[in-house]
Amino acid sequence: MSSLFSISFVIAAVAAGAPLLFGTLGELLTEKSGNLNLGVEGMMYMGGVAGLAGAYYYEQAAGAASSGAVAAAIATVCAFLAAAFGAFLYSVLTITLRANQNVTGLALTIFGTGFGNLVGEAMGNAAGGFVAVSQSTKNVFIGGIPVLKDLPVVGKLLFSYNYLVYLGLALAVALAWFLDRTRTGLDLRSVGEDPGTADAAGIDVTRYKYLATCVGGGISGLGGLYVVMAQQQGVWVHDCVNGKGWIAVALVIFATWSPWRALVGSMVFGGLSVLRLYMSWGGNRLAPIYDIVPYVATVVVLIAVSIRQRRESQPPASLGNAYFREER
Amino acid sequence: MGTGNYAIELRELTKTFGDVVANDKVSLALERGEILSLLGENGSGKTTLMNMLSGIYFPDGGEILVDGKPVTIRSPKDAHDLGIGMIHQHFKLVDVLTAAENIILGMKGKGRLDRKAVAREVRAISEKYGFEIDPDQKIYDMSVSQKQTVEIVKVLYRGANVLILDEPTAVLTPQETEKLFDVLRSMKADGKSIIIITHKLREVMEISDKVAVLRKGQYIGTVDTADTDPQRLTEMMVGRSVSLNIERPKTEYQDLRLEVKGLNCRRDDGVKALEDVTFQAMGGEILGIAGIAGSGQKELLESIAGLHKVESGHIFYYPPRPDSDLARTGLHVPTDKAGEELVGKTPTQIHQIGVSLAFVPEDRLGMGLVADMGMVGNMMLKSYQSGKGPLVDRKAPKALAEILKDELEIATPSISTPVRRLSGGNVQKVLVGREIASSPTVLMTAYPVRGLDINSAYTIYDLLNEQKKLGAAVILVGEDLDVLLELCDRIMVLCGGRVSGVVDAAKTTKEEVGLLMTHIPTDREEADA
Repeated sequence: MSSLFSISFVIAAVAAGAPLLFGTLGELLTEKSGNLNLGVEGMMYMGGVAGLAGAYYYEQAAGAASSGAVAAAIATVCAFLAAAFGAFLYSVLTITLRANQNVTGLALTIFGTGFGNLVGEAMGNAAGGFVAVSQSTKNVFIGGIPVLKDLPVVGKLLFSYNYLVYLGLALAVALAWFLDRTRTGLDLRSVGEDPGTADAAGIDVTRYKYLATCVGGGISGLGGLYVVMAQQQGVWVHDCVNGKGWIAVALVIFATWSPWRALVGSMVFGGLSVLRLYMSWGGNRLAPIYDIVPYVATVVVLIAVSIRQRRESQPPASLGNAYFREER
Repeated sequence: MGTGNYAIELRELTKTFGDVVANDKVSLALERGEILSLLGENGSGKTTLMNMLSGIYFPDGGEILVDGKPVTIRSPKDAHDLGIGMIHQHFKLVDVLTAAENIILGMKGKGRLDRKAVAREVRAISEKYGFEIDPDQKIYDMSVSQKQTVEIVKVLYRGANVLILDEPTAVLTPQETEKLFDVLRSMKADGKSIIIITHKLREVMEISDKVAVLRKGQYIGTVDTADTDPQRLTEMMVGRSVSLNIERPKTEYQDLRLEVKGLNCRRDDGVKALEDVTFQAMGGEILGIAGIAGSGQKELLESIAGLHKVESGHIFYYPPRPDSDLARTGLHVPTDKAGEELVGKTPTQIHQIGVSLAFVPEDRLGMGLVADMGMVGNMMLKSYQSGKGPLVDRKAPKALAEILKDELEIATPSISTPVRRLSGGNVQKVLVGREIASSPTVLMTAYPVRGLDINSAYTIYDLLNEQKKLGAAVILVGEDLDVLLELCDRIMVLCGGRVSGVVDAAKTTKEEVGLLMTHIPTDREEADA
């Protein structure tokens, strides 16, 4: 058992935090448009299974000529599109048909979970047992930047991750910049705060909501891809996402809708979720206690945020509401 | 027609909501560089008409011409592109954004947001028309009038040539209104056309060149302001002659009802809201409370009603004399002569004693009514505790709702229609009517006629006078000084949470009250006076 203050703990925390980061960033973008999509969990399943399918069937088709990098690229695109499709269904229901967002989101989670397990296991059955991607594809998801990763200390600490981790990092930075520094980002925030005002200002509310929700869903789906390809090493495992989508929903609140804090929060929660592997004190009997730490932390943060009442840390004002211009 | 003389021309516009015809073939024309007042009672379709012009609603029939050319306005964006900008009654601003961010919302431009450049442009517009505005201030830190300024700058920044203002003065102080009118005049001089919706006839006479009148969704006519007067406009609006004098009946009882002594309290954010407030309210009189918005009016009423924490001080309640009509109803049995301390009692206890509060907030629905409930449900909010057993009594509130609907002429499809669907004025009638129906001995009401048309406002004044005649102590927080001067017996002026003076309404002047609103006289000044 390694120490809590070791490089391997940091690496494990980042690896555990990466799927949370995608889920959180995706949901954050979605919520900024005023849509509370509780279907993150479901979209992660959809993204995960579609990514696996994309990589696997590409390998089957290309045979010996298949390349790990291409498989990973196809997996990424498939995961994004599948999850975005889930978000699109949600959008049609909640934005166009103005269905209740909570109910629709929950339905999407149930649907996505079922869809992921069904397709994942059907693929396994068809392949005669289980699906597994080739070693070269697995290696891509094991990751590490050549040469740099062999540097002492920093090599492991900074350059030993797969491309999804760096992509997540870049997304967090890009999202922060987008929301704070661009006109489109400003417009999107106004849609989430007060769609009536945004509409009166000439912003196409429906378009913004659709785009933010679908792209946000796609990003969440990459979290599922990470779970399947990196954590489960390219094998479909029943119920593999296992609540990470829900932690992501909570993390958005933890992060008080800031991509920067989402980045920090994901890593902290990643660390908390692997905590028990690095805590020697208490042994196995205390393991369940360590397991609840992330959830206790969520509750504490929720309380702290509501006590602080800072205007900038509040949820988008019209979060969860459908918008209809001619409402009286 | 259609020669291009008009900035805007509406031809036979029609809009229906369900069974309700909000606009029935309304035609209207607006010349360039003119200020047109749009006048009409609540629910006469003014806002609906303007919303069609600004792209919020899409007309069911009729035609809109801009600069003589027929246009289709499908969205607010279309309206912007045609140079039409609307300042809504409920401001369309995002609270957590700054003034500058709100102003550029939805605008095309460089993808990257250059806050400094935007701030510069905003300052340039502000200087041109004489606004005072800080581009970097957040909206939630702003006063109502500052928010309105942001709205106007927002519209101008988009290059609007036609400005529509929906009840812009409803929440402004007299001074702020003057400032707004100066701005409107300078915009008019700049060649902009302006449509202004207001219920205050004095303002109509002061600011507009022409007045167009709507009644029950129909266009009645347009007159030159110079050729008309408030009396004639009212008749056009209401369809019959209405007396414009507010009564101030003398009453027989003038007994002490409420005594507030050295009241101190703080706002939720810790700022001192009331400082050493001392006054008396008598039964059978209307005590007006004047003051700039936020001078402690709300806290004062809430303290009396038991809704706000009192830091120190006393509020004594004296029951009506046994021979008064109120006492005869048997509701309020006298306790003792010393007066009953209200501080420390719960709102329910205070309400049972007979102290009633009808507060009409800026957004009308914020306090007192549940928007998604119908009239019956809202009546029940005050009576649900009086029923026996665990089941609520629906009959009494239902009967009350029916009475209010008839007597106050509340326009609603049914008493179970959610009050959210009613027009603003009707919502207010429900609120004030319910409070009066509980036959209070102290009736406190804030802004009861805010945004109400003249006819409805007079109904409310009559209701207040009726309570006064019955012997209730009426405390009225108002914003229209003209009305306070005519209706009230005495006026207490608040300034920064302190009482700056109590004056006899019949003898004072608007100027004196206006001065007290901004200025607390020192002892020496009082000695001189």
